[in-house]
Amino acid sequence: MARKDTIGKFQPSSTEWFFKAQTMTKVEAIIQTSKLEAVKESLHEIGVEGMTVLEARGHGRQKGHTEIYRGREYTVDLIPKIKIEMVLTDDMVERVVQAIAGAARTGKIGDGKIFLSHVDEAIRIRNDERGDRAL
Amino acid sequence: MRKHLLVCFSVLLFLMLSQSVLGQSSDNDRFAKLEQQVVDARASADNGWMLTSSALVLMMTGPGLALFYGGLVRKKNVLATMMQSFALMALISVLWALFGYSLAFGPGNGFIGGLQHILLHEVGLQPQADYSATIPHQTFMIYQLMFAIITPALICGAFAERMKFSAMVVFMVLWSVLVYDPMAHMVWGRGGLLNAALGGRFPTLDFAGGTVVHVTSGVSALVCALYLGRRLGYPHDAMPPHSVVLSFIGACLLWVGWFGFNAGSALGAGSLATSAFISTHFATAAAVVGWAGAEWLRNGKPSTLGAISGAVAGLVAITPASGFVGPRAALAIGLAAGIVCYFMVAKVKARFGYDDSLDAFGVHGAGGTLGAMLTGIFASSAVNPIFKDAQGRVLPSGLLEGNAHQLLNQAVGVGIAWVLAVVGTLIILKLVDMTMGLRVPDEQEIQGLDLSQHGEEGYYWEVST
Repeated sequence: MARKDTIGKFQPSSTEWFFKAQTMTKVEAIIQTSKLEAVKESLHEIGVEGMTVLEARGHGRQKGHTEIYRGREYTVDLIPKIKIEMVLTDDMVERVVQAIAGAARTGKIGDGKIFLSHVDEAIRIRNDERGDRAL
Repeated sequence: MRKHLLVCFSVLLFLMLSQSVLGQSSDNDRFAKLEQQVVDARASADNGWMLTSSALVLMMTGPGLALFYGGLVRKKNVLATMMQSFALMALISVLWALFGYSLAFGPGNGFIGGLQHILLHEVGLQPQADYSATIPHQTFMIYQLMFAIITPALICGAFAERMKFSAMVVFMVLWSVLVYDPMAHMVWGRGGLLNAALGGRFPTLDFAGGTVVHVTSGVSALVCALYLGRRLGYPHDAMPPHSVVLSFIGACLLWVGWFGFNAGSALGAGSLATSAFISTHFATAAAVVGWAGAEWLRNGKPSTLGAISGAVAGLVAITPASGFVGPRAALAIGLAAGIVCYFMVAKVKARFGYDDSLDAFGVHGAGGTLGAMLTGIFASSAVNPIFKDAQGRVLPSGLLEGNAHQLLNQAVGVGIAWVLAVVGTLIILKLVDMTMGLRVPDEQEIQGLDLSQHGEEGYYWEVST
């Protein structure tokens, strides 16, 4: 029951356990292609400096669409999406998650997902800096 | 005094007489010169239009058909598909100069021409009166070459994405000699069995190639599709066109080029060319309405691909009729072609499960057959008085004018085209299959023909530097 109430909302408590153990977190956000500008803007507002943006295709629960060529129907179920990747120090993660979710949400199916995972090490190629100093 | 007057008078008389005689002869010279100039002007006008038409028909194959077909395949096969059309532009041209023209249009029997024009022997700048009295024989020859090029190129749609390039080359050379040249000779050649203009046994009305071009290529396409079998993964895997944009540009070029194909078949720049131009245009427009409309009703949406496919169907169907019907009949023929070809492609193909990849049969075979039969119904002697009795009186042309027999003649022409296409294509396919094989190996088909047959890719994006 409690889960149902929180669908679509971010729960800080559910991620707290691993923020303490790790110093760096990778954020992977899959969003609607039309929301990239809005998400970028809100990330810049909270001071995120770097990100990697990939054009992706995929689907979750969202159904694809049908195309018809000379009477032949094709179901296009891999829908174009945008994937944003960034690695952050843990203190930034919560704000970033809120910024992405806030900017990318339309409330309809297909809005996308955000995944968080541990990062063991980061290395700056230019000068071999390690850890969060490399971010 | 009197003597003087007499001398003066006789001198005057002499001067007057000589003046009038001299004047008469110079008038005759001027008339002869004027007449020659009129003939020359007519010849120049006709030749100008025919050279333009020849260029327009070549444009239909490249880039028209190459783009139309190239856009419909998957992107790993775009170059191979375009290369098929382009290779035929070169191959058939060489063949035409060697002996193709002679076999199609040289004097021979009712079925095929002889070898008189081998290496274009005696094909010069003087008109060949049986074909056209006003344009150089060479103009006629090069115009007909463009038809010989596009006809086999149309077949490529049936075996797209799976045939070896080498096998395609051999198949097409043999097909051009064994199927196209005899059919062109029968319908358009001197002494041809089906020639309506030069008194053939079964005069078939085929103004610009409904039987010669579209029935032969369309039916041969069906035979190819059946013989080669389906593409790997068909019909389970999705194989949508990789770029309807390319196909769109190709179809628009085909529409424009077809004015050379049909209006050029008047073999002159006179009013018959106008009539053919007009009927071509209206039939095409009506066919777009027919195909896209049928699609709209069935699927809820009219597609771009449907609209341009309808245009090609209309162009195909009006081809045999273009120089025999007026704009009203053209609208009817076009509308019928748009609807019929839509159902051939969207329903009949799916029902029988053959993989006519780009619908060469559904559009050209079906549309060509339909157009050739409708020509027998709608042909009008007011547009083109092709049949005359011994006294030179104009006889009725089509069924609507009371010449029911013409429908039978059309059926004979279409029937011969079908039989020749089926038998000829089967023999050639068997021959090529036994000696060198027709299809690429499975792994090459998966890799794509661009890489496996030609060692290149249509879309090569390097990481930007």
